Amino acid sequence: MGLLTGLRDSISRAADRLFAGNEPKRIGIYGPPNAGKTTLANRIARDWTGDAIGPESHIPHETRRARRKEDVEIKRNGKSVTIDIVDTPGVTTKVDYEEFLEFDMEKDDAIRRSREATEGVAEAMHWLREDVDGVIYVLDSAKDPITQVNTMLIGIIESRDLPVLIFANKIDLEDSSVQRIKSTFPQHETVPLSALEGDNMDEVYDKIAEYFG
Amino acid sequence: MAEVTEQPEPQGVQIDLISGDRMEGLTSMEKIRLILDGVHEGNIVILERGLSPDEESKLIEVTMSEINPDGFNGIEIETYPQIEAGSGSFLERLMGRTGEGKLTVIGPANRIQTLHKDEELISAFVTHR
Ligand SMILES: Nc1nc2c(ncn2[C@@H]2O[C@H](COP(=O)(O)OP(=O)(O)O)[C@@H](O)[C@H]2O)c(=O)[nH]1
Ligand SMILES: [Mg+2]
Repeated sequence: MGLLTGLRDSISRAADRLFAGNEPKRIGIYGPPNAGKTTLANRIARDWTGDAIGPESHIPHETRRARRKEDVEIKRNGKSVTIDIVDTPGVTTKVDYEEFLEFDMEKDDAIRRSREATEGVAEAMHWLREDVDGVIYVLDSAKDPITQVNTMLIGIIESRDLPVLIFANKIDLEDSSVQRIKSTFPQHETVPLSALEGDNMDEVYDKIAEYFG
Repeated sequence: MAEVTEQPEPQGVQIDLISGDRMEGLTSMEKIRLILDGVHEGNIVILERGLSPDEESKLIEVTMSEINPDGFNGIEIETYPQIEAGSGSFLERLMGRTGEGKLTVIGPANRIQTLHKDEELISAFVTHR
């Protein structure tokens, strides 16, 4: 991107934000496959609108299209914030259809699934550059957060000056370490939670209201 | 009876080291093409100065669009920040947060069995075709 187009883009982005008024903010839920993004998106949607966004699964790439829930109104301390939640496919740099065969899938299904997954990841990356106002970055706190994909994605999000919250999910698991995530990304706020069990959701909604309201 | 000996396929790994100066004159898409063309041929591509975050996100996007079930299944990538004396903590260096360019190693996922990074070393274990 040239210097001038870059400058023009960032001015128009700033202007968009300034004049956005009470338009719902579009919050993208990003993170690696299986971190619990859909489980979280469903919990937020169920808590505030009554219905879910999409299927959760232990099979990677269950979410292969970005799914959106619009006008989710979150009420906090007498104030309310309205967000559009976008649940995205987990970002990765490789997809091998043979991995799906391990989940008792026919080859045709596995190939179709991997094709949809790659399209979904490409779309999610595109949106991150063009179309979201804030990011919830979900990590499985029982896993090592230092991966190339996490590093790159956080770098991309920072370079776009997007507000970001890091969600350390799956704190119900024995191997969970929130501290490991905090010290890996000390420049960002980390919120511990269990999207599955519903642990610490009060703080989750406080932070969402504070960061994206 | 005379043995018919087949000419063996040339085996080996090509490594492309691309200098920062070479990359500097290219557009984002040209850089991504240069990298992915090399990777499609099975090469390991090493960038002296790496890509910008924006270019990295485009690299992921284009990589995804080129994955196909009977050939290419994506890339492995690791980066290293160029270490300037005394700049940044170990963790910042490890996470690639300091300095300008970052040494970047990219290869085809189906040929790189492990791409491992620690404090001072990226090691790639590459299989023959
Ligand atoms: N133990 C535990 N499991 C979770 C939690 N959140 C999600 N999971 C499980 O992790 C798997 C992947 O969840 P999903 O929401 O589909 O992940 P996504 O790929 O990031 O959308 C599923 O089996 C979920 O039930 C959590 O807080 N704790
Ligand atoms: Mg999902």
